[in-house]
Amino acid sequence: MKKYQLGEFEEIVILTIAVLYKEAYGVSIRREIETRLSRKVSMGALHTALVRMEDKGYIKSYDGEATEDRAGRPKKYFQITALGKKAMEYTKDTRNDLWKSIPKVALG
Amino acid sequence: MKKRNEPPSIFLRFFRWYCHPKLLKYIEGDLIETYNAQVDGSKFKADFNFIVDVLLLFRPGIIRPAENRNLTTSAMFKSYFKIGWRSLLTNKGYSIINVGGLAIGITVAMFIGLWIHDELSYDKYHQNYDRIGQVWTGGQNPQTGAHYGGYALQFPVGATLKNAYPQYFKHVLMAWWFGDYTVSTEDEKFARPGVFIEPGALEMLSLKMLSGNYNSLDRQNSVVISRSMAETIFGQEDPINKTLSIDNMMTAAVTGVFEDIPRNNKFGEVKFFAPWALYVSAQPWLQKSADDWDNQMTNTFVELQPNTSFTEVNEAIKSLYKKNVPADFYATIDKYKPFVQVVPMSTWHLYSEFEDGRPVGGRITFVWLFGIVGVFVLLLACINFINLSTARSEKRAKEVGVRKSIGAVKKQLVTQFLAESMMVVILAFVMSLISVALLTPMFNQLADKEISLPFGQPAFWLIAFGFIVFTGLMAGLYPAFYLSSFQPVKVLKGVLRTGRLRSLPRKILVVIQFSVSVTLIIGTIVVYKQIDHARNRPIGYYRSSLITMGLTDPAFDNKWNTLKTELLATGVVADAGTASQPLTEIWNVTGGYTWPGKDPNLEASFGNVRVGQDFGKTVGWEIVAGRDFSPDLKTDSTNSIIINEAAVKFMGIEDPVGKMFTDLDDKGNVKWSREIIGVVKDIVAGSPYQPVYQSFYLRGSGETSVLFVRIDPSVSANDALPKIQKAIEKVVPTAMFDYKFVDDAYGAKFSQEQRVGNLAAVFSVLAIFISCLGLFGLASYVAEQRTKEIGIRKVMGASITSLWQMLSKDFVTLVIIACVIAIPAGYYVMDLWLAKFEYRTEISWWVFIGTCAAAILITLITVSYQSIRAAKMSPVKSLKTE
Repeated sequence: MKKYQLGEFEEIVILTIAVLYKEAYGVSIRREIETRLSRKVSMGALHTALVRMEDKGYIKSYDGEATEDRAGRPKKYFQITALGKKAMEYTKDTRNDLWKSIPKVALG
Repeated sequence: MKKRNEPPSIFLRFFRWYCHPKLLKYIEGDLIETYNAQVDGSKFKADFNFIVDVLLLFRPGIIRPAENRNLTTSAMFKSYFKIGWRSLLTNKGYSIINVGGLAIGITVAMFIGLWIHDELSYDKYHQNYDRIGQVWTGGQNPQTGAHYGGYALQFPVGATLKNAYPQYFKHVLMAWWFGDYTVSTEDEKFARPGVFIEPGALEMLSLKMLSGNYNSLDRQNSVVISRSMAETIFGQEDPINKTLSIDNMMTAAVTGVFEDIPRNNKFGEVKFFAPWALYVSAQPWLQKSADDWDNQMTNTFVELQPNTSFTEVNEAIKSLYKKNVPADFYATIDKYKPFVQVVPMSTWHLYSEFEDGRPVGGRITFVWLFGIVGVFVLLLACINFINLSTARSEKRAKEVGVRKSIGAVKKQLVTQFLAESMMVVILAFVMSLISVALLTPMFNQLADKEISLPFGQPAFWLIAFGFIVFTGLMAGLYPAFYLSSFQPVKVLKGVLRTGRLRSLPRKILVVIQFSVSVTLIIGTIVVYKQIDHARNRPIGYYRSSLITMGLTDPAFDNKWNTLKTELLATGVVADAGTASQPLTEIWNVTGGYTWPGKDPNLEASFGNVRVGQDFGKTVGWEIVAGRDFSPDLKTDSTNSIIINEAAVKFMGIEDPVGKMFTDLDDKGNVKWSREIIGVVKDIVAGSPYQPVYQSFYLRGSGETSVLFVRIDPSVSANDALPKIQKAIEKVVPTAMFDYKFVDDAYGAKFSQEQRVGNLAAVFSVLAIFISCLGLFGLASYVAEQRTKEIGIRKVMGASITSLWQMLSKDFVTLVIIACVIAIPAGYYVMDLWLAKFEYRTEISWWVFIGTCAAAILITLITVSYQSIRAAKMSPVKSLKTE
């Protein structure tokens, strides 16, 4: 049953939001993923994922401060919702189940 | 403060353009922050990353949704059409004028379009259309340098093209002229046009063979007939292998049937093809011409090889004479610079006139002319629409005001009014489709065409659609912008006053309408006048109740005296005579003549006509000096000659009677020498628009080829014709009584101009009708608008006459201005047209005065109906309202 849908990249993004806690906005999320996972993240991919998860109700956002660096544009901070938390846990549980079910011989 | 580094602005703008407004400020902030973080390192790298990010952001989820998707525009359009339809219904009078005028305009434009399409698709029935041509020979007059030429070729040209230039041609086909032949079975006779041509014709013309194949003409005694001809002659029977006799000289078995060629092809009139060899075998004199480089009489059609072009071929065959004519004969003709060329099929119909040896013009002029007329008539109809819509704008002004104040923007109003005009155009288009379908037979008769509406072709509907959109835009654009530009405050307050300047565009359009209409009418009158002028010129004989027919059947040979006796014995024949050719044509022009006092350098060519003893008396020619051939003098048939007045002028001698007229051969030896016994008044034989060609008449071989019979004027033709037929059949039972009235044959010379004149007349009457329709609408609008003013004037004591004058004056002034424009325009165009006729009418002043007076009169009548009605209205009524 597809109760909670969370793509691989979405999962990474939502985990990163959790990691950053109150400091999660576009640029910081991107930087965090790039340094932790050493992979390139395009702004386009990131924002589409954010929009999608916000639509699904996993995360919510609020306006932050506007700095000179951003030419007066406000930051958009993200926060994980209760639903988002459930989705993360669900994903983690399914993974764990799968790990547990692997017969010992399979991985040598 | 440190200098701010800006990201590439064009990409930033692009981003702002596509980004969803809800996300814009955040993502833009992210982008700029990232950029600023990188820019201190390397500006180039920062720019590059910025651009990559912007491009990768261009994806669903971030792009803004398409505009106004949430509005259901169809409902809006439905409302536009509903309102438009209602406003049409409330003003029935205007709607009829609007839609009706437009429908007439579209009908005319559609007919003209069909006509032009038909003209342009001439000869395109043949698949090899762009590679077929006909060989043309020409040269230059050594004295004047003028070019001359024609399709009549020396017999050996055909064989030379085949043998000396095989690499250029897929087919080289010698042929005889298209002609009417008497085709007979054992018990029936039919007159049918046909052509004798070499067998490859069937393949070259890509005929659709219903039976037989492209080799069906290979046997000499074969003939291939059209389906319609097979059906009339043989009915349901299978025509294959049936024997037909052609002109009682040749017999041939039917070996094939082809689907009739449509009429808009040069070969469209041809109902049978027979082998060229068959014709030659029946004409001993033609066989003798096989090596004759001096006489021109055959036709040759060619199809080029696919890998060559007309230019290349013409360059190669230009020197055909120089290379192939025996040297001693070529020396005598070298001074004429003779050459041959292939004239492409694509120019046969539209460019049939030659100048300097090149096809330059002809019917293409009419294609242009009618095209322009069509556009103008449509323009007139569109002007009506524009004028009436803007004039009636006050009625809609309140609507515009209300719409604007509840939030309609200009764009929407423009759309609304355009949708309305589209609706009117579609309505008019449907009406004109119906009327075109109904009027097609009449138009075909008028234009001598076989046109039908190509309903089945998608191209037609595509063009029709484009046409509707174009007309709709042309008619609707100005009113749409005009109406939608009203300011709501003003119109709702009711202060929309149409000042003098407001109505200026309308006045200009009326002037354009009438200028075009009056010019068209002037043109039509001049065309008719020219035809009339040529038709009524003295033609040198009496053409009423004179019939003529060819005596080509060999059975007529040596039977002339018997025939004449029989004809006169019928009691309905006043006189009968013969000649070598019809009265209305010049068949034979020959040169090499001399006379006492001749300028040695003059190229002396004359029309050469053989006439029987009774010719002059029968046709009623007029001897102006000397005498006619005498039946009593045997010597007249060998020693006498009669020349026409043009010949006297051409020869430059006085008192020609009694002088000797001599024919010399190439080497200067005397062939014959005859005494000029008389001078006859010019007989118009060639083009009635040209001066009469110098000609002579003498007795000799071939003088009984064409029969002329003068019916007794006291007997009706209907009574006389059966008796004449009986007399002819008594002498030669196999003969076909295929007669023509000389009057008709002469009239046929005018058919093209007559047709153009008739078409132009119809179009210009419609043009003026459309213009008047518009004027009628405008006049009623003005009268309505000034109701109160008229009421007050009447109360103050104005008479009906003075009110009528006041209301009509404006319009008449406009029409007078239009006339002033139309007179020079009409004069210029018609002067140009007349210049191509040598025998032409003058453009007299009464044409202009008459046309303008008529235009003003029509205007007055149109306007007066409305203005008198307005002037007669009781002031009590008109002032009571409000």
